[in-house]
Amino acid sequence: MKIAVCIKPVPDPKHYDKITINSETKLLERQGIPMIINPVDKNAIEAALQLKEQLSGKVVLVSMAPPDARETLKGGLAMGADEAYLLSDRAFIGSDTLATARVLAAGLKKIGEFDLILTGSGSADSGTNHIPSQLGELMRFPHLNSLIELNLEISTLKMKTKIENGHLEYEGSLPMVVGVAREINNPRYTSLMGVVMAQNKPFITWGLSDLGLDSANTGLAGSPTQPGDLHLPRHGRKAEMLAGEPEDIAGKIVAILRTAGVLA
Amino acid sequence: MRKQLGAVWVIAEQTGGRLAEVSLELLGKARELAALGGGSHTSAVLMGSEIRHLSEELIACGADQVILIDDQRLELYQNDTYALVLEALINKHQPEIVLCSASYCGSELSATVAAKLETGLAAHCVDLHINNRGEFVQVVPAFGGMVLGDILCPKSRPQMASVKPGMFQKPDRDTTRTGKLIKETVAVLEGYKSPLKAVRVVQGQPSGLPLEEAETVVAGGWGVGADAWCYLEQMAEALEGAVGCNRPALDEGWAKGEHAMIGTSGKTIRPQVYIGFGVSGSAHHVVGMKDSGVVININKDPQAPVFQVSDYGVVADVKKFLPVLLEKIREQRGK
Ligand SMILES: Cc1cc2nc3c(=O)[nH]c(=O)nc-3n(C[C@H](O)[C@H](O)[C@H](O)COP(=O)(O)OP(=O)(O)OC[C@H]3O[C@@H](n4cnc5c(N)ncnc54)[C@H](O)[C@@H]3O)c2cc1C
Ligand SMILES: Nc1ncnc2c1ncn2[C@@H]1O[C@H](COP(=O)(O)O)[C@@H](O)[C@H]1O
Repeated sequence: MKIAVCIKPVPDPKHYDKITINSETKLLERQGIPMIINPVDKNAIEAALQLKEQLSGKVVLVSMAPPDARETLKGGLAMGADEAYLLSDRAFIGSDTLATARVLAAGLKKIGEFDLILTGSGSADSGTNHIPSQLGELMRFPHLNSLIELNLEISTLKMKTKIENGHLEYEGSLPMVVGVAREINNPRYTSLMGVVMAQNKPFITWGLSDLGLDSANTGLAGSPTQPGDLHLPRHGRKAEMLAGEPEDIAGKIVAILRTAGVLA
Repeated sequence: MRKQLGAVWVIAEQTGGRLAEVSLELLGKARELAALGGGSHTSAVLMGSEIRHLSEELIACGADQVILIDDQRLELYQNDTYALVLEALINKHQPEIVLCSASYCGSELSATVAAKLETGLAAHCVDLHINNRGEFVQVVPAFGGMVLGDILCPKSRPQMASVKPGMFQKPDRDTTRTGKLIKETVAVLEGYKSPLKAVRVVQGQPSGLPLEEAETVVAGGWGVGADAWCYLEQMAEALEGAVGCNRPALDEGWAKGEHAMIGTSGKTIRPQVYIGFGVSGSAHHVVGMKDSGVVININKDPQAPVFQVSDYGVVADVKKFLPVLLEKIREQRGK
């Protein structure tokens, strides 16, 4: 079983409160925020490793990211994946989801044939939830997103996907592209041994020309959506702090509730 | 003079013959955009099996026309068949703007169709407008809602956007509105053999008042803890409201299920009153509640970021304060 997992390095969501926009350059300031593997992508790696343990085979990580993502991606090798491919080129900067899916699809096709391509359901920084579906379209594989269950029974894939207040059940067959939700499993912890072994696993970096792509189809130039201005959301509230004995404060809250018309 | 915008479409979402509220919310926005775009029209695309009756509701909520595809093969949502049908419709009618729900199915469907058409799709938009150059501006959240960015789709058409439930206000129903019904067929599915089989839908209605319909939401965060969680439930009951939560409370199993989660990966709510207990005010949570009427937060940390999005703040240990407040609310109700 040959499985690819698409993983994305993202700034750690725990620190998003520190992100600001530089008032002069109008660019994002996110210095000092550590990069991690997008949290739900670890669930995708876990799902791949479990299938490999069940059926034997190989788990390959693929990521489109800047060159300095190398260390972050090694975290996926330390979890137990076999090889990592970093797709990196200045021509990929500014890619929207469609352009990203083109790069990932080109990388996957060059690596070889896969039975299953896994992704996370959404990324924490941009979080479009588009990639699994768009990659599926470009690979011409059937695809589903937000899987909470994935079982391979002989040659039938039995799947459950999340919907509002419930789930859908599907059957399909390999090959497929699937995006997994965090409910699907609990990613394993990385062992020290895993970290050591990751150092010697194959790590390949490819750029635009290796992938045979045209820069007109990648990056900002190849993206149908174009970014405009950035803003910070305006919350514009100034809390009036209620002080006093708990009893008194509770009384004040009751009065506020009554004024708001939610308590008679 | 600005040139007139083409049609604005809303992909109506329905399960088991029930329209999703978000589709109606989107129709309200679609009409606004159509008006700003120089008087173009709005269409709702309604796909499914035996769903014709839903077109009236769509017209009452703002659709000038309903494009109906009523076919047994569309009884259960499935991304491949729905996407093929939608792609064919878009190619035939060439709308300018296509709005979809950013529900689980809607996100998948919109992304699939955008890839087929090689056009732009902005995800989880929090605002949509037409700027003074006549361009369609889609405002999307990044970094869990900490930053908002404008997205334009200058070249390819249609311009697609997805919007989460609860983001826009549902328009008032106007049963005197009239609209055209256009029936389409699923010719693209003739001879198509799907690689997927949708087996069934399992969907429960969570008990109690849905969070997004509650006038009062009592929200609990990590600070509440397992033992004090019951006070939140009792308080919501006393206020005829609903309990909301954030990620940690859900992960710990204190909150009853995902339908109660507020924020980026949960619901967007705008109740008249939001009372938060032991909520830190992380961007992921705030993005889902910031448009609430009156916001009250109780946190033991006077520096908690949540006070920046509150009208009233209380510095207290919620475990001790919850029972006191509950008692006062009950006292008032008893009067
Ligand atoms: C990709 C992604 C998506 C996410 N999506 C969502 C989402 O949709 N919705 C969501 O809510 N979260 C979401 N999260 C999680 C989110 O980032 C925060 O971790 C979470 O909202 C913080 O919850 P909290 O405020 O309860 O906990 P904490 O940040 O741990 O804060 C607890 C607060 O309670 C206070 N406190 C503690 N004890 C007491 C006490 N006894 N009395 C009074 N106050 C007390 C503390 O001062 C603190 O301010 C997401 C995270 C990721 C990575
Ligand atoms: N640049 C990237 N490289 C590799 N995988 C990615 C990249 N961007 C997104 N993905 C994958 O696609 C999933 C969904 O991302 P998104 O569509 O951005 O919400 C993520 O969880 C990743 O698995």
